[in-house]
Amino acid sequence: MTGRSARLLHALGLLVTLSFTLFPFYWMVSSSLKEQAALLASPPVWLFRPTLANYAEIFADQKVSGAILNSLIVVCTTTFLAVCLGTPAAYALARFEFRGKRDLWFWFISNRMISPIVLALPVYLLALQVNLLDTHLVLILIYLTFNLPIVIWICTDQFRSIPRDLEQAARLEGADQFTIFRRIYLPLGVPGIAVSAIFSFIFSWNELLYALVLTRRQVQTAPVVATSFMSGYELPWGKIMATGTVIVLPVTLFALAVSRHMVRGLTMGATK
Amino acid sequence: MTPNPAETGAAPAAPAAADPPAATRPAPGRLDPGYGRLTPLWFLLPAVGTLLVIGIYPTLFALVTSFRRYNLARPRDGFPFVGFENYLGVLGDRSYWDSLLLTARFFLTVMPVELVLGIAIALMLHQPGLSFLRALARVSLVVPLATTFAVVGLIGRLIFNRDFGVANQLLGFVGLGGFDWLGSSAGAFAAIAVMDVWQWTPFCALIFLAGLSMVPVEIEEAARLETPSRLALLRHVQLPYLLPGLTAVLILRSADILKLFDMVFVMTRGGPGAATDLISIYIQRIGFRVFDMGTASAQAILLLVVTIILSRLYIRLLYKEIDS
Repeated sequence: MTGRSARLLHALGLLVTLSFTLFPFYWMVSSSLKEQAALLASPPVWLFRPTLANYAEIFADQKVSGAILNSLIVVCTTTFLAVCLGTPAAYALARFEFRGKRDLWFWFISNRMISPIVLALPVYLLALQVNLLDTHLVLILIYLTFNLPIVIWICTDQFRSIPRDLEQAARLEGADQFTIFRRIYLPLGVPGIAVSAIFSFIFSWNELLYALVLTRRQVQTAPVVATSFMSGYELPWGKIMATGTVIVLPVTLFALAVSRHMVRGLTMGATK
Repeated sequence: MTPNPAETGAAPAAPAAADPPAATRPAPGRLDPGYGRLTPLWFLLPAVGTLLVIGIYPTLFALVTSFRRYNLARPRDGFPFVGFENYLGVLGDRSYWDSLLLTARFFLTVMPVELVLGIAIALMLHQPGLSFLRALARVSLVVPLATTFAVVGLIGRLIFNRDFGVANQLLGFVGLGGFDWLGSSAGAFAAIAVMDVWQWTPFCALIFLAGLSMVPVEIEEAARLETPSRLALLRHVQLPYLLPGLTAVLILRSADILKLFDMVFVMTRGGPGAATDLISIYIQRIGFRVFDMGTASAQAILLLVVTIILSRLYIRLLYKEIDS
């Protein structure tokens, strides 16, 4: 193969990749800008006069705006808690040697694998007993089961990369471990903490199963409401796709911000 | 494969006075604030305590429930202990095994496609030249991964609609089409497989790309000068660096497919019939539609056992640095 045709093939392959990864996303966004008539056209139309009517409709719909608010409350709180609880643990794993460290480590990693249905059943029954169903709190807590391990993992990595000289100097000044953690590790670890917080945000924002079984009316999250439109005879496709776009857009932007760390976040650091 | 930071970063500093390795514990009489043997405990306690309460306690509760007759639809029966009755019921339940088999079939359907496409995309992204287009394509891989799983299901329902879906339109260009995707068993299975391939091929591609970038530059360049054959380069130079990624992908994807719920639930609810009744969907239905929590818990515990085996395997194979 000559250099030129190889280059052409390479470019073609990359373009195919691009359209493969972006097409469903594009289709969602473009459908959200169509009127119902254009949406139900058969075969589907590619060129149409875009309208924002669907967006106007969903933002006027209290169910959607309420669900987005619920999602924001749950996701921000759980992320904040995961960072508060997870960073000290990450510090201990990064800087201390103690018995059982390895087992602890593996336990955190194993949480990545466990199917949410395993926890959804007992948590539903427990929440039923203590009247926690359909509250923000139960979602905030259950989301910690996957957020805490991810925060701990990423921050441990980050804390290990902080040079020890700083710590030694602080020790000579008489600082205790808690001060060292607060004054040296937390400020210097901000990049890693931010990445882990973004992952925690993305995973919680996207979660459906727990939200579906643990909420009723009051605290339905955005994905639950988006799927709740899927009943009835004629589906409001424009509204569904507009809601989908509103849900996906912010997380996509966040994900682009941490795209370099995506693999690390999804594999719990087994590959970089 | 990955130089673990624990060994590279922490090891040289370990002998430092204030940070004794595990073997030599600090003398019992030490008075320095915050340097005691219990210090790590205080740092770990909040996270570990939380995970015990919200993770381990419910799991134990599920274990107990799995030994009870626990039907929420018939609360008058009470929740008596019935020994292994639920487990025996599950083991003899054709539809439970069918749904596990279906899950395995789903894995075997999507995995080869995702691997082949993933490696192809990774190679294209690794190939020198066209840096702008490459950067663009690389960034675009993040989009499917970040898309809310439930929304992937919504998009799938629109794309695979029989009447106004774009899938049938595109197939029409090559003379096919008119499929009732979500209304037929084979069609629904294919449709969820396509959406899964769309969402997770980028994951495979990114992992393989990371593997490719571990190949030392000099070796790769020497090999490129040596042979014009891309295949030889792949087989003799790059392949060894792809293998750890392959292990990670296979194990994580099998765990993820055992977890797979959102997208399929939104697209098909496990139907038509039981055509897309993957294991998580099936257990969810027994628990939250039939309200037979005892049986569902037994099914979930069995699933958990499989998952634990998988994650031990993952740790054994991929965290060698820590394990040794």
